[in-house]
Amino acid sequence: MNGRDVVLQAVRRALADVPGDETPTNGFPGTHDRRAVGTGADVVELFMERAADYRATVVRVPVTGAAAAVGYALRRTGAGALVVPPGLPEDLVPEGPWSVLTDVPPLTVGQLDATDAVVTTAAAAIALTGTIVLDGGPGQGRRALTLLPDQHICVVRADRIAPDVPEALRLLAPYRPLTLVSGPSATSDIELDRVEGVHGPRTLDIVVVEDE
Amino acid sequence: MSGADNVVWLGSPAFPEAARGALNDTRMRANLRRATGTIRDRRLAVTAELDDWEELRHRAAEIKRRTLRHLDGHLLRLEEAVTAAGGTVHWAADAAEANRIVTRLVKATGESEVVKVKSMATQEIGLNEALAEAGIRAYETDLAELIVQLGGDRPSHILVPAIHRGRSEIREIFRREMGEWGRPAPEDLTDDPRDLAEAARLHLRERFLRAKVAVSGANFAAADTGTVVVVESEGNGRMCLTLPQTLITVMGIEKVLPSFVDLEVFLQLLPRSSTGERMNPYTSMWTGVTKDDGPQEFHLVLLDNGRTATLAEEVGRQALSCIRCSACLNVCPVYERTGGHAYGSVYPGPIGAVLTPQLVGVENAASLPFASTLCGACYDACPVKINIPEVLVHLRAKTVEAKRRDRLLPTSEALAMKAASAVLSSPRRLSAAQRLAALGARLVARDGRIGPLPGPLARWTATRDTPAPPRESLRAWWRRTRDEGRTTVEGDGR
Repeated sequence: MNGRDVVLQAVRRALADVPGDETPTNGFPGTHDRRAVGTGADVVELFMERAADYRATVVRVPVTGAAAAVGYALRRTGAGALVVPPGLPEDLVPEGPWSVLTDVPPLTVGQLDATDAVVTTAAAAIALTGTIVLDGGPGQGRRALTLLPDQHICVVRADRIAPDVPEALRLLAPYRPLTLVSGPSATSDIELDRVEGVHGPRTLDIVVVEDE
Repeated sequence: MSGADNVVWLGSPAFPEAARGALNDTRMRANLRRATGTIRDRRLAVTAELDDWEELRHRAAEIKRRTLRHLDGHLLRLEEAVTAAGGTVHWAADAAEANRIVTRLVKATGESEVVKVKSMATQEIGLNEALAEAGIRAYETDLAELIVQLGGDRPSHILVPAIHRGRSEIREIFRREMGEWGRPAPEDLTDDPRDLAEAARLHLRERFLRAKVAVSGANFAAADTGTVVVVESEGNGRMCLTLPQTLITVMGIEKVLPSFVDLEVFLQLLPRSSTGERMNPYTSMWTGVTKDDGPQEFHLVLLDNGRTATLAEEVGRQALSCIRCSACLNVCPVYERTGGHAYGSVYPGPIGAVLTPQLVGVENAASLPFASTLCGACYDACPVKINIPEVLVHLRAKTVEAKRRDRLLPTSEALAMKAASAVLSSPRRLSAAQRLAALGARLVARDGRIGPLPGPLARWTATRDTPAPPRESLRAWWRRTRDEGRTTVEGDGR
């Protein structure tokens, strides 16, 4: 008997008390009620406040001001080399004293490690927790892109900000690799003192853009 | 590592003995008191923010209990979904089998080192030691696990394994050990947490960049989509889950959830319960393999290792709902004073006291069901409403039962209970005993409290102060005042 049969048989033996006519779903709520952040709450404002709580830098600009906001964030850290994922709208990348690499063909981890910053879009965001969600779609790139550079600048469309976790999950495709990011990398392992920047990006800049 | 499990640390003393040593370690107690106090306050603040917190707990408990009752079906669906998404599923009945599978998978890649995401399951099976025996070096990459590994130490908390260490101790460990494992700590390393975290970043970065194989655990897995979830803070998890070519995930069979949408409940509960945050900095979810993004080979090892034995316990089964948030540790008065090592198990604290004896059999962890005051704080804090006191009492009964079976002579508990029953069943004997106790107790008490006593009472009194009984028992007082009262009433009435 292989491990699979051994485990499955042991599970079935252990569940002898479960009535035979009970199914995994009968009498069981299949979907969950959605929470809503009190009506009238400004979801964008809440998102900005909560993301800032996680020590992300957050600004809100009209779509036409996005490139300038990205440029401002890059100048603030003095970034010299920038990587952009395929599919990122060209007008999000400002002119400046930085070099721009595109991840086509894919860069090596060494090359990525040598860049200072990455600019991406996001698949969704969550207001209540101040979280951005990346799903590897156009403008977001593969996961390594937002991991190795020390600064991540994320341009989030205001209409992609969901009020809470349940609403956000409904906007996502489970078959894509998903990364939920709430502030910069952080640890609390030393006397529970929070320290930002361990292995992921030490700086997270979020630019919320709205149509005018 | 040869035994069937690593859940219980071999050679660890029983809890009362280990606790005595821990109680004398004032530095550890101070570290723990500060840490658990901080995290308790944070958790209360963020759970109060959600007006449906209790409803979420209820729902989580319901999903978990229901899932466990049909675990076989969910596991089969998970296997099917992961396989369809390009992953490979393996089944391991015990620790030895899981270690064999992982070792074989690593060897097949031709590599001799792996990077690891912090995982209770791999701690439980002693994977690092098993890999070392096969000539494979496993590097822990979570900061706290790194501190434990470099210090040749054992974890003392589910979430913050180095919670018992202060910053100056961590600095010493880094300065002494980092060079042995890779990039040494900087010469001018201070004990500022910022400085220490930076040293860990530099030490581990080169390792992440060259790693070809990673090993992780899993917080959740959705049976309908095959999506596996790891939550973390530092980004070391993302490094391991993203950069290597091969990813091997070892997951307890109880971690499966019926569907992807169920994650909405647990992603709200887990960070708030564990670190007291609205959300942990990083959550990674992956489904099989994705072309040109992340590992191109994914193995999921489904681990039993005592879980089906726990599942067979109708009362104790609920312990398998645990999402390893460690909220119960942080509110436990016993844990706060003894620390995690005293439990002698990978799973310390209240949840450890119920999980460990069930995973390894009560006879192998007989002192743990008693390592609790049954105050119930753990039950109140548990995001999935595991009734830990109920399971503890159930396990205590089983322990006594097991002892009775194994011994020809009655146990000391049995003798004490027999004596107590003889005294309590006779009013005359009781009041005689009370008079005697009051007299004797006042002789040994200091400031109204009775400290350690010699002889047969030593085991009880060594670990607790008992208030000295009053000069007079209630029965004696009643007889005296009632009789006096009657006299007075009669006197006044006439």
